Amino acid sequence: MIEVIYALCLRQLKHYWRSKARLTGTLGQPMLFLIAFGFGFGPMYSKVSGGANYIDFLAPGIVTMGILFTAVFSGLEVIWDRQFGFLKETLVAPISRTEIMIGKTFGGATIAIIQGLIILGLTYILGFRIPSITSLVIGLIFMFLIAIFFTGIGLTIASQMKDMQGFQMILNFLIMPIFFLSGALFPLKNLPPAIYFISRIDPLTYGVDGLRGAITGISTFGVSSDLALIGSLSVIICLIGAVLFSRMEA
Amino acid sequence: MQNILSVQSLVKKFGDFTAVKNISFNVEAGSIFAFLGPNGAGKSTTIKMLTTVLKPTSGKIIINGFNVLKEQDKARASFGIVFQDSSLDDELTAYENVVYHAVVYKVPKKERTERIQKALEIVGLWNRREDYVKNYSGGMKRRLEIARALVHYPKILFLDEPTVGLDPQTRNSIWDHIKKLNEERNMTIFLTTHYMEEAEAIADQVAVIDHGKIIESGTVEEIKRQTETESLEEAFLKLTGRNIRDDNGTSRKRMMRGMGRMR
Repeated sequence: MIEVIYALCLRQLKHYWRSKARLTGTLGQPMLFLIAFGFGFGPMYSKVSGGANYIDFLAPGIVTMGILFTAVFSGLEVIWDRQFGFLKETLVAPISRTEIMIGKTFGGATIAIIQGLIILGLTYILGFRIPSITSLVIGLIFMFLIAIFFTGIGLTIASQMKDMQGFQMILNFLIMPIFFLSGALFPLKNLPPAIYFISRIDPLTYGVDGLRGAITGISTFGVSSDLALIGSLSVIICLIGAVLFSRMEA
Repeated sequence: MQNILSVQSLVKKFGDFTAVKNISFNVEAGSIFAFLGPNGAGKSTTIKMLTTVLKPTSGKIIINGFNVLKEQDKARASFGIVFQDSSLDDELTAYENVVYHAVVYKVPKKERTERIQKALEIVGLWNRREDYVKNYSGGMKRRLEIARALVHYPKILFLDEPTVGLDPQTRNSIWDHIKKLNEERNMTIFLTTHYMEEAEAIADQVAVIDHGKIIESGTVEEIKRQTETESLEEAFLKLTGRNIRDDNGTSRKRMMRGMGRMR
């Protein structure tokens, strides 16, 4: 079982490593956000907040962004596998659908975490510092859970989609709102009630808040409740994914 | 002789369209069985059900003594399949594709390297194993798929139009390999093809399916005798008529919907 999961992960890692265009492409967007927002809103933020540094607020948000997009896309890769026929090879193999789901989730999540770590490294250049090893470790746990949850989301969607036609719709009506309303870029305080409500049901809100709490100490909901929430959501989405995968036909 | 594959009252419906209408047949262990029919007759749908990719609406399938619906993984370990369209990972090398297969089919680690080498040698791809599949020609891809399907020592090998779109040299070499596997390893071969002369040359048993029903089955000789024809191709045309068919059930429906929209 471990070996099967490893084989599935390894395949995804090879794809990731070999596609340099994808590697740089998925890094480019978060970096653009980091620089544009960081320098654009930085002065305004520190004026309003009374001297706080915007990069400290923004960096965890951008790390989360990198993880979010990479994780969802890794999950959605199953649709490509379906279109190019490789999915059949995996589905006719004498392995349980749960193994496939776990393997794919870990593969996608690993890539997403690597991506997140690269971005975290790049924020160092812009002056972002993590206070201690402990906060880094707790931060990594959050990165891992965000990665697992959103790879699971990607896989769950992919198991229900026949082709890439709906891809743009998922991006614009699901992933983008999840990102923008998660508090990754701006504080959620003082938002209009309707928007605030959406933010509160956005799972990423708790991921961002937890990661930010862990590595900068700024947290709205508390690190431990964020951890409990995103942790249990990850388990739930993986279970849903496993059920949907077991019903999948190639 | 023992039956390696037994199909009883198999039915598959897509909405109100019935692609496979209550078919039953047996395949003897060690034989080469050709499953023939015009486009859209239900061949690929049947193969997909036999190989657990599609769930039948009703009916029973036994492969190597295992119920395909109830003991899925044991049945899956018993067969190899080469699908009609490629199911290789283009972004991996040929070798990596086969290793992936060996792992997910749980081939014992000790035997892996040797089995993979042997399978790739059979189809003459051992020297090209480090190439990416995306750089392979159509014929090489087919051969690689056959090699990959052999790594877990299947009892029965399903080949869905293994020689479609290939030049005569490659086709001949693929049939030679298949025949050798059948003779040397006593591997049962279940194949579909549109090249009737190929089926005539290689098959022990033939079943002709049309409109989701098996309309004739037996040895090539028996079929020729019954239809009073000289070749399998003539027999096939006599049995299935000379009208040109739509591609398949689902795309036919899609096409009809599309045409309705155009009007």
